[in-house]
Amino acid sequence: MTEEIVQHDIEQEEYLLNMGPQHPSTHGVLRLLISLKGETVANIEPHCGYIHRGIEKMCEKLTYQQIIHLTDRLDYLSAHINNEAVCLLVEDALQIEVPERVKYIRTIISELSRLASHELWWCAFGMDMGALTTYFYGLRDREKILDIFEETTGGRLLQSYNCPGGLMNDIHPNFQKRIKEFIPYFRKKLPEYDELLTGNVIMQERTKGIGPISKEDVISWGVTGPSGRGSGFACDVRKHHPYSAYDKVQFEEILFTEGDSLARYKVRIAEMWESLKILEQLVDNIPEGDYAVKMKPIIKLPEGEYYQRVEACRGEFGVYVISSGEKYPVRVKLRSPNFSNLSALNRMAAGFKIADLVAVGGSLDLVIPDIDR
Amino acid sequence: MNSIIKYLKDLFGGIKTLLTGMMVTGYYFVHPKEIVTQQYPENRKTLVMLDRFKGELVMPHDENNQHKCTACSICEINCPNGTIEVISKQTETEDGKKKKELDTYIYKLGMCTFCGLCVKVCPQDAIEFSNEFEHAVFDKEKLTKTLNHPGSSLKSKQTAQ
Repeated sequence: MTEEIVQHDIEQEEYLLNMGPQHPSTHGVLRLLISLKGETVANIEPHCGYIHRGIEKMCEKLTYQQIIHLTDRLDYLSAHINNEAVCLLVEDALQIEVPERVKYIRTIISELSRLASHELWWCAFGMDMGALTTYFYGLRDREKILDIFEETTGGRLLQSYNCPGGLMNDIHPNFQKRIKEFIPYFRKKLPEYDELLTGNVIMQERTKGIGPISKEDVISWGVTGPSGRGSGFACDVRKHHPYSAYDKVQFEEILFTEGDSLARYKVRIAEMWESLKILEQLVDNIPEGDYAVKMKPIIKLPEGEYYQRVEACRGEFGVYVISSGEKYPVRVKLRSPNFSNLSALNRMAAGFKIADLVAVGGSLDLVIPDIDR
Repeated sequence: MNSIIKYLKDLFGGIKTLLTGMMVTGYYFVHPKEIVTQQYPENRKTLVMLDRFKGELVMPHDENNQHKCTACSICEINCPNGTIEVISKQTETEDGKKKKELDTYIYKLGMCTFCGLCVKVCPQDAIEFSNEFEHAVFDKEKLTKTLNHPGSSLKSKQTAQ
């Protein structure tokens, strides 16, 4: 073959490439079937199901107390927030008013989870770009939060601290002291993140203008959370449908309009500052009271349909339950943010080089067990 | 000419951002006291876990080899994964009454998800979580544990007082 024919073939033929299920930058067992034209991505087809556990079906044979621990296993980095969604749903259905103390503690731990999750995302995003150093700096600060969790809840990653009607046990006496130590510590360390990665020339070149998506597309694909807010979609459940103690705190909803990978990156960095603000407002004002309402040992929801949504670390997490009045639900549907976020990946990365796909995927912050459920 | 200036600007701007990052790593290089890494297998003797940490389920026994479990099986019913199996036996007391007593309390560590429901619902506070976290074994069978010690008995209310 002459050189011209080879050149022609490379440009015209579609080349199918499997990225995953075992690939370090898909952050789990996600398989992307990529059609390539030369080095340019033409189409991405995600293949799910490698970590499908049938959690929704399993929920139909479990009581409402037992369902909670399964929602940990969706998005394990926002485990507490997922638990909270089920608890809020049960409390809402039974019309139980939980004590103010519970609301405050739940909100504090949610925000700490968000910080820990965004820190881990920052580590992994740097590593996707080829900067191994970020991993150590992010995990150093995340460790402090995990210690706070360990002391109060007993779990480091999956806390299992919520139960319908309140919390499993009261906060540890050191809880407030540790958070008060952590806030100034992290305020000092967070600018290091910017110095290490945000301003870095390689990082800027690889994310600026890469993987853009418009506000209309974001809304029609259902992309929520920091990925949606990077395109200017105001979708923060904490702000627009406040639950727990979010109506008592002042914070800003971070919105960027560029819609590229850098905008999604900046939203998360700015959200860390906002989370610190929320923590500062709450930590000194935890009201006295009970840590849980006494509940019946067997919880039966009245017949009907219920939906509860919360703002998890990656977007809107929703629980939909149909109850027939028995102690087991008839049907549970979990709306996981990552599934919708993944569906927009083709819109973002098509037309860019395959190396950019890693950057776009990293900026979406996908957690694979949340996609498959 | 303009393109050369732009090229040089990009070049030196880029080098500056790289040096900014290097400053951070350089700072920690010359300040070894700020490094927080724990040398885990070496520091096993001094390692202290926080007391609420959920390592594995245990049944505390007192000095007379007595536990508090009445074999009511509430923990078994509440466990979402079938981790716990309570086997009870019928015994006769001295005055001829029949009594339910704990025979074996089987705990399958490999199936446990550490949700903490069993400890929460236990009416006698007979079980709790220990801080032991080194669970790795070579044989799968070793993950199935019997929590009550051999020859142990129920702590009667008289001895408790």
